[in-house]
Amino acid sequence: MTEKLKLAGHVEAINWNRIQDEKDVEVWNRLCNNFWLPEKVPLSNDIQSWGTLTETEKLLTMRVFTGLTLLDTLQGTVGAVSLIPDAMTPHEEAVYTNIAFMESVHAKSYSSIFSTLASTKEIDEAFRWSAENVNLQKKAQIIESYYYGDDPLKRKIASTLLESFLFYSGFYLPMYWSSRAKLTNTADLIRLIIRDEAVHGYYIGYKFQRNLEVEGITEERKQELKDYTFELLYELYENEVQYTHDLYDGVGLAEDVKKFLHYNANKALMNLGYEAMFPASVTDVNPAILSALSPNADENHDFFSGSGSSYVIGKAVNTEDEDWDF
Amino acid sequence: MPTSSLATPMQDHAHVAEVLTNSRLIYFSSASGYTHRFAEKLGIDSVRIPLLAREPQLVATEPFVLLLPTYGGEKGERSIPPQVVKFLNDARNRNLLRGVVGAGNTNFGTTYCLAAIKIAAKCNVPLLYKFELMGTQEDVTRVREGLEVFWTRMSRSSK
Repeated sequence: MTEKLKLAGHVEAINWNRIQDEKDVEVWNRLCNNFWLPEKVPLSNDIQSWGTLTETEKLLTMRVFTGLTLLDTLQGTVGAVSLIPDAMTPHEEAVYTNIAFMESVHAKSYSSIFSTLASTKEIDEAFRWSAENVNLQKKAQIIESYYYGDDPLKRKIASTLLESFLFYSGFYLPMYWSSRAKLTNTADLIRLIIRDEAVHGYYIGYKFQRNLEVEGITEERKQELKDYTFELLYELYENEVQYTHDLYDGVGLAEDVKKFLHYNANKALMNLGYEAMFPASVTDVNPAILSALSPNADENHDFFSGSGSSYVIGKAVNTEDEDWDF
Repeated sequence: MPTSSLATPMQDHAHVAEVLTNSRLIYFSSASGYTHRFAEKLGIDSVRIPLLAREPQLVATEPFVLLLPTYGGEKGERSIPPQVVKFLNDARNRNLLRGVVGAGNTNFGTTYCLAAIKIAAKCNVPLLYKFELMGTQEDVTRVREGLEVFWTRMSRSSK
């Protein structure tokens, strides 16, 4: 790297007793409460399950995880760090350092999965595949070019799209295995990553929207950023579709994965404050995948539609919160 | 934009400022404003629970549905925003609660819409609908139409 190192312009001692944006504290606390390490997850319980996968399925799983490793590495060492110089508050800077570290934890956790399930030779081959896959490399390059670019708001857009959209062609697979009672401990670990990425995408998208409210931002500039967001999403989406076919055609899951991509693209847009782009007709994610993601995501159980008439009010949930007064 | 509901500031004996509302949809939204955006898109009369403790407290005068997002950690601790707990700790509000709509993100797994689920269970009212972030156009339509039918049914059954 020959370009001049860009760092936060002026640093003052951070005072957590004087807060400009409460969201910084809320997200910092949330991220700290969510902190985890891969050692916490008993991955070795998946060894037997791994043995039941076919060679094609194993290869697919390894490739998916090396692809995710690349994205987490990019976000940890470049993406989150590149947001620090543009932070509006010192606490926002601190949150980005937290995000950067957790991305490195995520990247390392894939190696924990690999060393538990596969041989050194298989691991090396999967990493080689990811280094040579055109579509995977392209998505990393597209995002990276904006991280090194000179538009702070476009950096936030690229970062949010990575956190909230680009991971999901990969995240699909462990959710799929989980729905079939395979690699369930690995899926537990991936759920922890998904939860973290959701907070990251929410926060960076929130900061993007706060930046749009700063005085002096013209309507033209807002329109430019909106157009840019949709163009970049579309460029990334086309590439994701290719990447999805590269990975999943062999097991016949590509069409199912694409619905998951549409669904998550909509959520990425919402994190940036924009309306969803893909219509409901192409975001009907396989219910098994949704319930692997969240047991509460019973989309068909909607009181308004009448199917919720059997809804049991007061089903077993813990309501022993001490903060209730009644 | 939703029309603003009847809101009358008044002081009670404890010198706590109160605002009365006859709105049928009461919602909470944090500074990020996703739930606020959803409420705006519904285009029906609605009122927001105050974010700051120093703001006057909201007191419902008519049956209402509560709309709120979920925060909270790994096990869902403190998933209900303190402003909402404070609002529901007032029996006048709690007694008029008829249903809950939850906002959230399925990426939070077991805590997806947990605040809405907990309140529905605790207050013995139905959880009417769940949606993600600021809701898609389909979510907006379903909730708008669903609430209309819900209130029609409620008024019929109370006669």
